[in-house]
Order: sequence, then C-alpha cells, then structure tokens
Amino acid sequence: MRPFQYTRAPSLAEASHLIAGKDALAIAGGTNLLDLMKLQVETPGRLADINRLGFAEIEDTDDGGLRLGALATNTETAVHPRVRADYPVLSRAILAGATQQLRNKATNGGNLCQRTRCFYFTNIDQPCNKREPGSGCGAIEGIAKLHAILGTSDQCIATYPGDLAVALSALGATVEISGDKGERSVPVRDFHCLPGDTPWIENVLKPGEIITGIVLPAPVGGTQIYRKVRERSSYAFALVSIAAVIELTDGKFSRADLAFGGLAHKPWHDQRVGDALLGQPPSDTLFDKAADILLEDARGFGENDFKIPLTRRTLRAVLTQATEDAA
Amino acid sequence: MTVHFKQDEPDNSNRLDGMKQGVLGKPLPRIEGLAKVTGTAPYAAEYPVENCAEGVLVTSTITRGEVVAIDRTTVLSMPGVIAVVDDEKLCTRAAQGTANEAPMQGPTQVCYWGQPIALVVAETFEQARDAAKHLNVEYREEEGAPLDPGVVEPEEQEDETVHQGDLVYAMAEAAHSVDVTYTTKGHASAAMEPHAAIAEWDGDMLTVHASLQMLNYNISELADALDMEEDNIRLISRFVGGGFGSKLGISEEVVAAALAAKQVGRPVRVVQSRQQVFQTVMRRSETTQRLRLAADDNAKLTGFGHQALVSNLPGETFAEPVLQSSHFMYGGQNRELMLNVARIHRMTAGSVRAPGEAVGMPALEGAMDVLAEKAGIDPVDLRLRNIPENDPEEDLPFSSHKLAECLKQGAEAFGWDKGPRKPRQRREGEWWIGTGMASAARVHNISEAKSRVTLKADGTALVETDMTDIGTGTYTILAQIAGEMLGLDPKQVLVELGDTRHPRGPGSGGSWGAASIGSAVYVACKAIREELAAKIGTSEEELELSAAKTATGESLTDLLEGKDLIREGHYEPGDIEDDYTASGFGAFFAEVRVNHYTGETRVDRMLGAFGFGRVLNAKTARSQCIGGITWSIGVALTEALEFDPQDGHLVNCDLAEYHVPVHRDVPDLEVVLVEERDGAASPIQAKGIGELGMCGGAAAIANAIYNACGARLYDYPMTPDRVIAAMPD
Repeated sequence: MRPFQYTRAPSLAEASHLIAGKDALAIAGGTNLLDLMKLQVETPGRLADINRLGFAEIEDTDDGGLRLGALATNTETAVHPRVRADYPVLSRAILAGATQQLRNKATNGGNLCQRTRCFYFTNIDQPCNKREPGSGCGAIEGIAKLHAILGTSDQCIATYPGDLAVALSALGATVEISGDKGERSVPVRDFHCLPGDTPWIENVLKPGEIITGIVLPAPVGGTQIYRKVRERSSYAFALVSIAAVIELTDGKFSRADLAFGGLAHKPWHDQRVGDALLGQPPSDTLFDKAADILLEDARGFGENDFKIPLTRRTLRAVLTQATEDAA
Repeated sequence: MTVHFKQDEPDNSNRLDGMKQGVLGKPLPRIEGLAKVTGTAPYAAEYPVENCAEGVLVTSTITRGEVVAIDRTTVLSMPGVIAVVDDEKLCTRAAQGTANEAPMQGPTQVCYWGQPIALVVAETFEQARDAAKHLNVEYREEEGAPLDPGVVEPEEQEDETVHQGDLVYAMAEAAHSVDVTYTTKGHASAAMEPHAAIAEWDGDMLTVHASLQMLNYNISELADALDMEEDNIRLISRFVGGGFGSKLGISEEVVAAALAAKQVGRPVRVVQSRQQVFQTVMRRSETTQRLRLAADDNAKLTGFGHQALVSNLPGETFAEPVLQSSHFMYGGQNRELMLNVARIHRMTAGSVRAPGEAVGMPALEGAMDVLAEKAGIDPVDLRLRNIPENDPEEDLPFSSHKLAECLKQGAEAFGWDKGPRKPRQRREGEWWIGTGMASAARVHNISEAKSRVTLKADGTALVETDMTDIGTGTYTILAQIAGEMLGLDPKQVLVELGDTRHPRGPGSGGSWGAASIGSAVYVACKAIREELAAKIGTSEEELELSAAKTATGESLTDLLEGKDLIREGHYEPGDIEDDYTASGFGAFFAEVRVNHYTGETRVDRMLGAFGFGRVLNAKTARSQCIGGITWSIGVALTEALEFDPQDGHLVNCDLAEYHVPVHRDVPDLEVVLVEERDGAASPIQAKGIGELGMCGGAAAIANAIYNACGARLYDYPMTPDRVIAAMPD
C-alpha cells in the first residue's frame, strides 16, 4: 500500500475539490477500494473520506418513488420496508451479493463504482489494459471463466461484478451526481461504459463528481425476480444473473423489464429483449426468441463459452418462474 | 526415565476399555476452545515481541530463469525501509512433509511464477509491503518452460506400478466392464491462518514462533537451511489456525525471518499475504485418471485398472499418491496400476488434505457407480460383493476392516433405497433430486512419538511434547488419555504442546497425530501406573484408578509422598507395519438437488459412516469427519485452482475466487462412528481419523448428480457449466 494522505471531507463541495485532482480518490465503505490499495492496484496519494457528508437517507420522492442516499449501506437498503415491499428485486439482488459483514459497510454509491474482479486486473504483475493502458489483456488468452460475452473489445473482456446495479437497471433507476459544475442525473442504464478502447473508463463520472443518490421510479409492481447463478451458493460473483420485473395481463406479457449481470462490462440491458415478449403469451419458443435477440452478438473466449447456453437456460427459468408466479 | 515401546505384535487387550475414570471417548469440548474464540490464544504472528521489524516477501514475475540484479538503492531510500534480504539461503519453496531437510534454496534461480526471491524489511508492515512491490528486479528469462501436464513426457513412479495377471484379457472377457477417464483440478489447503513467523536471535540461539504442523521435522529443516545445530534453535507453535498439509514442512517465511533477523540485528516478523500463501506454499496436483473395471456375472471384480497422471516441479520428490487406497480397496486378480508425474513449472505440488485418496477415491468410486449401473445392481451391494479377504496385491491380512459395517450402518441411518437405480425419477419445481453413495478409505499412518508425563505430588498431571494441535483436538485427547490412565479428571491434566523444548512428537499430518502421540502418552502413563501399583503391592494390570484414588481408597497424593513421578514415553511402530495392511474405511451417502436450467448443484443432506479404530473423543472425531465431508463438497462442486496458460501462475489466489464451500453450501451433516478396535494399528487401538472424511465423499455427490438429473460427469468439480453440458434435454 502506497502511503496516502487522508482527509475527512468537510462538505460536498470540498470533497469534489479534493478528488478532482489526479492522484485522489473518494472513500466511502472502502470494502473494494481498501482491498485494491493493499494489492497496489489503486495507489491514490490522497483519500477524501466522504462518509460524513450526509446523503445516507432513504426517503420517499414526490412522485411516489424512493430516493436511496448514496451513503446508505447496502444492508440498510436491502431491509428498508419500502424497498422490500415495492422493489423486491432490488432487495434480493443486494442480499445475493457479498456477505452480511461487507453489506453492512458497503454503500450504494460505492457499489455502483466497484471495480471488476478480473484476475489480471487485481494482479499488478500481469498485463491489464484497464489498470495499465497499453499493457495488454491477460484474460483474453488466459483464464476467462468469469469474463464477458457481450460488449467486449480487443482491449478488455472484464465484467462489472455487482448485483445491485443489475436490479437498478431493470427498475429503470437514475443516478444523482454532484460535481463542481452542479448536479446532474444519469439513468443507471447509461451510467456504466463498455470497455472499447478505453477500458479504464468504467462509468460516466467526471473528475470531482460524486454520486449522491439513486432514485427509483414509482413502484411498478409485477413479479420481481433476481436470479443469480453461481457454483457456490453465497459469497461468489455471478456467472450469470438476471433481474426481472414481469407482468402478465390476459395471459400475455404486459411488462418485461430485464437486466443481466455477469455478461458484460456493465449491467446489460437490451430493450429489444423485453419488447420481443410484450403482447405475447409465454412459451418456450418465445423465451428462446428473446434469448436469440439477447445473445445475437455474444462471443465467448473459450473458458466462458458456457455463458451463452447458461444465459439462455437461465432466462428460460426466470421467465417460466415469472409466468407461473403471475398465473 | 524413558520407557521405550516398540510394537511388533497386535495388542488386542484393549486395556483402555478397562480403565475406571470413564473419560476416554467422551465428547469433551476442546480445552483451548474458549481461548481461541475469545482471541486470547496467540497465533504465530501475534506473540508480543519488542522492537520487531516487519518483512514482506518479494516474488518473481517470470516463470523460469535467473535473477540477474536487484536494485536495492531505490527501496532503501523509501520511508522506514531497513534492509533487502536476498541471502542465498532463502528458500524458494516450502519443504515437503517429513522432508527433514531444507527445501530448495537459492533465490536467484527462478522455477515458477510467484516464487520468493527476496525479503524487504521495514519498520512497519505497510512500509515493507509498499517497498516489496517497488523492488526493481532484473531477470534473465528462460522461455518455453512447460506448463501443461498433458504435453510433457511423464516420469513413471515405479514403486507404484503393479502388473498382475492380464487386465486387457479380463476386460475383454468381462460380463460388465467400465473404462472411464476422470479429471480433478488442483486444490489449495486454504487454512484460515496465513503462514507466519517471528524470528529472534539471542547470540547464537534462535527462537522462531511459526505456524507449523510438525516441529520434530521442522526443526531439522530449519537447522539444515541455516546450517545450524538443532540445539541452537527453538521452534514454538502452540496454536495453529489450520494446516491441511500446507504447514507440514517449513515454508519460505520461516527461513526468511531468521535470516533477516540476523541481518538487521533485531526480531523480524514475516507474514505471507493471502495471495502469497496460495501462490508459494503448496498446491494439490491436478490429476487425470483412467479407471478400468472388469466384473463377472455376479458383479465380482475380475480386473482392476487405475492409472494416474499428476504433476510437480522438477526436483520435487512428492507425487500426489492417487493410487494409495486403490491398491487394496477392491478385489480383482488382474491388476494394472501406474502413477506418472509430469514435470512442469507451476508452483510446488505437495500434501493437501488426504493426499492421494482425496482425488483417487472420488474417481474410483465414480467408476464403481458406473459399474453398478451396468451390472444392474445396487451400488452398496456392489461394494459389499467386492471387499477383498486380504490385500489383493500384497496378500497381507487387514489389521481390521469395517467397510461392510460402514456401508450397512450408513445405508440404514441414511434411509438408502436398495436396488438398481434409475436417474431422473424425482423432480421438485426446477430441481432434480437424487441420491448417491461412495466408499471411503484412507491408509493408516503411524509414527514414532515421545511425550513426557509428570504425575505431580499435588495429584495433577502434566503432559509435554512438541506435538502440535492444528485445531483437531490434540490438547483435549491427550488430557483424556492421561486422565483415563491416571484416574484424573482431564481438567487436572495440563497439556503443553508446540515447543521443541519438549520431547519430540510425531507432528500433525497424514492423520497420524492422535494415534502416534496418544500411544506415547499411553506408554508413559502405563509406566507411572506400574510405579503406583508397586507402591500398593499390586500389578499394573490390576490397578484401578479413578477420581484420583485407587480402588482401595488410597489417594494419589498420599501414594506420591510429596514427589513428582516423571516418565517419558517413547512409542515406536515396529515390524507390525509389514504384517498387515491398515486403513480406515467408511461410506458416504448424499442427497442433492440439481437445477434443471442452471446446472447448479446443492447438497441437501449427507451422511458419513466411518470405522477408524478407537474413538478418543466423540466430539472432536465427529468434527474431523464433518470437516472432511465439507471438503468433499468442495472437491465435488466448487474447488479448482486455475493456472494461467501463458506463464503458469495461479490466478484465483484468494478466498473470494478459490471457492471453498460456504455455510450455505453445507447442510446438516450426519456422522456415524462405527465401533472398532484395531490392535495392530496402535497400542491404543486407534487409527487415523482426520482425512478419511474426504476420501471418496465427492463421488457420493457426483453419483447423486447422475441419479438426480442423468448428467454423468467425469470431471471434478462439477460446476454448473459442466452439468448443463452433460444434462440430457
């Protein structure tokens, strides 16, 4: 760990100022950042502690939605009565991730910003274009079981590892961001980036910007499912995960909001997949058609080829379950 | 006074059963348990040592080659940095279990990616870690190091080879035959406590607090590495946070701490990071295993073939002994067994819990399930029909053999449905449900051991040995043995372990600890009993002691007349080892769920029935079995070391990415302890327990996966990707 200067940010403006510099990072729960600092993957010279800035509340919005403070912990969010009642997919997604101890410390804003668990990213003696631009990608020719099948580039095939953001994507939530140029909102679906030629850019945050909250739209009801496939049943990142908000009216899909984890550098949302279901009665043929659309451009790298059939099968399971629950 | 006992004949007198205190075998909680869970039991790195500097190992970033130069100037100018140690005595690998000599030394020669090449010492751990990452090392790399065990010409381990009869003919003539190839991935010990050492010099005297399993061997290894006399070294390892084979021999941090402490003239602590423990200590080799089974109309084996390929670094003597129990597990007069080793440049392969059977038995027992299906008989029945009368290769009798009892009692307790089996019979929602079983076997090992027992004038006892307790219950069982023999409540027996100032124990490993050191304590206590018996004019055999009194009412304190009675017990296994084949046996039964869509497998319940001789403590024995079954779940479903195909480095080197089962993966596990006394195994009729619980269990799960969903897999672990690939539509 490189020695660093620690400052407890006295205000949001001051925090923005502190982290606008090149060598600085914000720290909230620290459950991901501190690990990466010990591994020398992150080597900030300065840390701005934003834990005492407020925005830890979970509160109703005027239109009946819910605003999750960026500094509310994952546990506080998962157990919040309104989250459990109105956004169960979110509660389930959070509880499917990490461990109780980590969730007690990890914050919502930090969760959105967590880094990939690619083995080559976390080992500084291996090539990684994300960590060290231009050094190459160890995973493409290496061990890539956990890696992406959608939206990859020849620079990077890492996945976004989180669960929370996958549910937020299905729910159509919005990220509230504050910076020196004021405040702005970005849909969760647009918050994370694909690797392209700049795999070190993982989200739309600009220098000095801080997430202050996440806004959930008014409840949409429906059957809400978070399905996370993994070889051990807890404390493992998703091979594939699916967040689904599904509604059937008169035996036909009237809502099908789907987002996928474990497949790409960001929570994957493809409007065409849900659209293909709308107005149609459920059937295995239909589910396969949705999977065909989702996986049209999917590409495996040997070890992770299985994610293509696994995603297809898991989607079928989720849609079957949703259909049965709705009936 | 030392009392030496060498066992040349079976001892079926079962003396311990006639003792009157009534504490041996009882499920007493571990003596040191409270200290451990309250954080007051100091582990190696936690001993308070004044003025201690901190060392961090630097590891290589090439696979094979030479360290040409190390730029120490840059790091020596960093804050707090005291020294860079690159002494030629630094060890580059861990010692193999019972090596008794230094492991590979000479840090300039690099043989695998991640190999220790230097140590940076600083005032604080953080400074040392930062400096270690900044040490500039110039290498001369030797390209083309073989990394894949499948592409090199392997070496045959000739002492494992058996050609008996004609297996090819037996296969051709068989009514039922199986010819299948299994693979297993590498495993890590993944002990909770990382490898750590604090070294301190006082003149020429070296004291090291370390996390080690076998001090008796470790002191020789360290002395050899440092070119010192053993008398000038004291090793202390009172509490060990798990070893599972990874701490059998000294590893790199022990020697590095000693050399660094000498160089900087003050104590030095070296703790390996979690990643370093994974990458530098020991891996279990991956295996490829071909199983050939030939059986007649009655499903009796006529042929048995087991060939395995494992790997290790050049220069290592250890080869995962995959065939260990296959030599005697089942009959079949036509036999072909062969073990090959591929020399590749991945990290060192060595002992990881139950070396051999941990991966050999899951393959054999998977193949047996295939045979049961082909023969159309119940898999329990298939095993019962094929238990050999004598060791089928050595023609030796078994010392004791409880496989049949384990199979029967296990099946009964589990509620096993007898008869031929068909897959895909039970489905609940998305889940296929099925059951499977497998036999267990683990060779019985035993070792020379010494322990001093003092019956104190105040009527308490003291047991001293350099034996370790790696979380298995050694402190407790030794207090129970001494308590039983001397008529004392175990609370009146103080057990001191893990210090080379005490008599040499066998160390913890190969499941031999309890039976070996227990026998040394038994021998010492027997000698004390002889003294006591003489004082009241009776014989040792007639002497009854309980509640610190004789049967005729004399108290121990009166008999001792103010004097301590001290005896050192020296137990040595004798010729008996050559007269019998000795093994623990058992049976596993599992019920699993397999998700039709995702291929995820969850174990719903699992039972193990084991016969391993006398049970010294029913609670710690059961805990060992539960731990073993938990390992079985990991072998079956999740655990796999992954090595980079380009440079051979271990990629999943932490507990987030190397998937040991978590609590949610482990259902209620049931353990049946089958009554057994094995007089040829040890003077206390006990055999090894620790590892048996994982020797075959993975196959019970694999066989249950097949029974549940019809996916017959031959590759462990059976992860969702593999299950869906093999799942029928």
